[in-house]
Amino acid sequence: MSINLSQPAVELRESRLKTITGYEGDAAELLSKNDIPNRERSFTQCGSCSADQVMNLLTQIQDAAVVEHGPAGCAGDIPMRNGVFRTGNKRMGYNVKYLNTNLDEKDTIYGGGAKLEKAIREAKRRFNPKAIFVTTTCASAIIGDDVPGICNELEEEFGIPVIATLCEGFRTNIWATGFDSANHSILRKIVKPARQKQPDLINVISFEHKFLYESVFRQLGLRTNHIVPLSTVEELERISEAAATVQYCETLGSYLAAGLEEHFGVLEIKAPAPFGIKASDELLREIGRVFHKEEEVEKVIISEKEKIAEDLERLRGRLTGKTAYIAAGGPLAYSIIALVKDLGMEVVGTSVWHHDQKYDNDDERLNFLRFGVETYGNFKVGVCNKQAFEVTNAINKYKPDIAITRHLATVWAAKLGVPSIFAGNEPTEMLYDGLIRFGQSIDDAISNPAYIKNVAKHSKLPYTDWWLKQGTYSFLRSEQNV
Amino acid sequence: MSEIIQGPRHGCALGAQQTVVAIERAIPILHAGPGCGSKLHRGLSLAGGYQGAGYAGADAIPCTNMIEKDVVFGGTDKLRDVIEGTLKIMDGDFFVVLTGCTADIIGDDVGSIVSEFRELGVPIVHAETAGFKGDAYKGHELVLEAIIKQHLKPAAQIEKGLVNVFASVPRHDPFWEGDLNEIKKLLAGIGLKANILFGYNSGGIKALEAIPAAQFNLVVSPYIGLKIAELLEEKFQTPYLHYPILPVGGIETSNFLRTIAEFAGTLSEQTEKFVAQQEEEFYHYIVRAADVLTEYRLNQPKRFYNINDASYALGFSKFLVNELGYFPIHQFINEDVPEEYKDTIEGYFKELSPEISSDITFTQDGGAIEDKIRSIKALTAPLVLASSWEFDIAKEISGLHLSVGLPIIDRLILHHTYVGYKGGLNLVEDIYSRLLSKNRE
Repeated sequence: MSINLSQPAVELRESRLKTITGYEGDAAELLSKNDIPNRERSFTQCGSCSADQVMNLLTQIQDAAVVEHGPAGCAGDIPMRNGVFRTGNKRMGYNVKYLNTNLDEKDTIYGGGAKLEKAIREAKRRFNPKAIFVTTTCASAIIGDDVPGICNELEEEFGIPVIATLCEGFRTNIWATGFDSANHSILRKIVKPARQKQPDLINVISFEHKFLYESVFRQLGLRTNHIVPLSTVEELERISEAAATVQYCETLGSYLAAGLEEHFGVLEIKAPAPFGIKASDELLREIGRVFHKEEEVEKVIISEKEKIAEDLERLRGRLTGKTAYIAAGGPLAYSIIALVKDLGMEVVGTSVWHHDQKYDNDDERLNFLRFGVETYGNFKVGVCNKQAFEVTNAINKYKPDIAITRHLATVWAAKLGVPSIFAGNEPTEMLYDGLIRFGQSIDDAISNPAYIKNVAKHSKLPYTDWWLKQGTYSFLRSEQNV
Repeated sequence: MSEIIQGPRHGCALGAQQTVVAIERAIPILHAGPGCGSKLHRGLSLAGGYQGAGYAGADAIPCTNMIEKDVVFGGTDKLRDVIEGTLKIMDGDFFVVLTGCTADIIGDDVGSIVSEFRELGVPIVHAETAGFKGDAYKGHELVLEAIIKQHLKPAAQIEKGLVNVFASVPRHDPFWEGDLNEIKKLLAGIGLKANILFGYNSGGIKALEAIPAAQFNLVVSPYIGLKIAELLEEKFQTPYLHYPILPVGGIETSNFLRTIAEFAGTLSEQTEKFVAQQEEEFYHYIVRAADVLTEYRLNQPKRFYNINDASYALGFSKFLVNELGYFPIHQFINEDVPEEYKDTIEGYFKELSPEISSDITFTQDGGAIEDKIRSIKALTAPLVLASSWEFDIAKEISGLHLSVGLPIIDRLILHHTYVGYKGGLNLVEDIYSRLLSKNRE
């Protein structure tokens, strides 16, 4: 597998990772094959687009600006992105550095290049950024404005990176490609070759929180670089100096981790994401091996497990035998299974948004699905591209004790009377103490479902009874690779 | 050239999906890119005080999720499939197909697909709401226009006392649901039955179909809804009353009710009694607030900025000047106001009271707003009635900030309203609670 940084556009997941968004079956079958054809749907609900996920990363860089070349509605995600930025960025006290070119009807006829140039100049003037990312949308891509050309000219004039990040929504059916587009831009134009390697520095690919792994890494004497959100351009320039990179979600971090390894010699830690006890052990041992801290790691593992033993025993006592339905992004859903199983619960089914049939770093130790199946056994999988009607149908069928969802409105499960927790982008559920935090949330949700019962009693789902009785995946087409 | 935007607020015309979601048991169907619906839900509903998905909003909205091959080969077959699926899967009474940029640029003939279903008796209409056509207020008008032109039929008989209300824009103005229900209650007090069309207990498709039966249409906004009222007058000969000021507090609300009662012909001793009693109750509480409102040590804001859409900026300005004795500094109107209305709106701000007027700036660009505020030397710490984009600029000028306009990401808004007598009291409570918590915490 190789990461090609020569072009402004990232190679799409469809071709790069053979990613599929429609499938019904189980984990064992998914593992045994790597050429399953995609199945499309004859009915779909609003998905997401790669431009959205690009903003998830690029607007969160402390001192970079983003110029989105599109109509104002494409900025619909920005107010909440700003909320996330401000939350993660509490002490800084400033908004995201974002401009939208506000394409109007005339621009779709005569082109929006001049307006884009003006916006990039304004971004430079207003924010004095260390880099400017210029992103595309469906409208600007269809009208054919030369975004890379405009960026290159201004880059030369400004003397800072002005980076065309091509992420128009129609280009791919797999919105996770947006993470790749953002990381592609960072790898292509921001990261510099290492001046000096720092043997105790580890890159942690994550979202807007800085505490992830921190206590454990501190005990091991490792310093962390949390990327991409909330880092600075200068920090990103120097991520090449780290000894290794760890990521916990292929959807988010696969491309960046593999690119750093291939082009900048930063090793990717090859181990499962630290969800649940066994995966946490394996990840820490691999880190110990890479950083020559095997003994320290063993001590940490023992002491971390001691810290949680009593709580884990208590939670297992309360949760054993309870059932869970999991709806989340591909690898993360597979990881959440570990948590649920470690707590003694059963997984009745999963909906994953997409499934990558290959990984950017082609190493079986990074195959989180394999780890899940081998450790916890086979489970049902539907690849559903974040389709709420399928997830709601499935939850209704299984009537689990709890539904664990990401990215999807939890209200749909609540309307079915099923306690639900929203596992957001702050993976506080990782490592040993994360298992306890997550377990406590599940126990609280199940133990007093008063609110959920009220919601169910006083609301109706927007679906027909007919639909709720159909097979969950009955709108998947049988034609292949259409 | 339309201006660039920092601090985006009012989405694009496809935000019309929010209007559809607010019609009870109505289902929007998007013929658009895969990210449009989700972004607009978050930008308008979630970032508008966490309004939630509604009946069939957010990720429940059917959408063709147009990708590259649709751009190349056209997406009408896909749209037909999604409409067919919607009719089986989604439990709705009314369906509205809305197009986004991609469909409109490539020129898919959506009208003919939709009419295939109409001919089968499906209650379905469509509107071209490409994002590049304007903001979500524009989209709101486009979708109402489509419903009127494609679905409504003349009424057999006019229902005396029935009034269609076009005021706060649903699932877009963060306080829309509380506002519309407050207006409904107020109109009931003067003997009128309000057809509010959107939100809790508003009647869904039946309410829409009752539009032509109304005695008159009421537009409560400097301009939004005016085109709709004109269209309804043309199509159904329904007269309309344009009341440009969103009524907040005692003076405006009483004037509002008397004006409407006079127009409707319901002005009577009874309606006058209702107005007088409501007003008296309002001032009972305003009087009770006097200790705090005249307290010297609290560093009271006596001057204000509004950064909001034209309707709320005007309503709040009138209230602050005429009820609380504040002075306007400068007001910013931040939606995409059509040129034809700008002079009139400016005129409203010229006559906030006989003695007091305010300059205004029309801009969608938060950067331009901040530059202007920085250029003004305020005499005392001002009140900044704005959005969550203005936390920092308010702090910079030591202002008292309250999020009252989109986006509002620091408040949960359910039935809260700033309209009417109750709305005026709510605004006083909110401003002074903010002031007190800042000083006394």
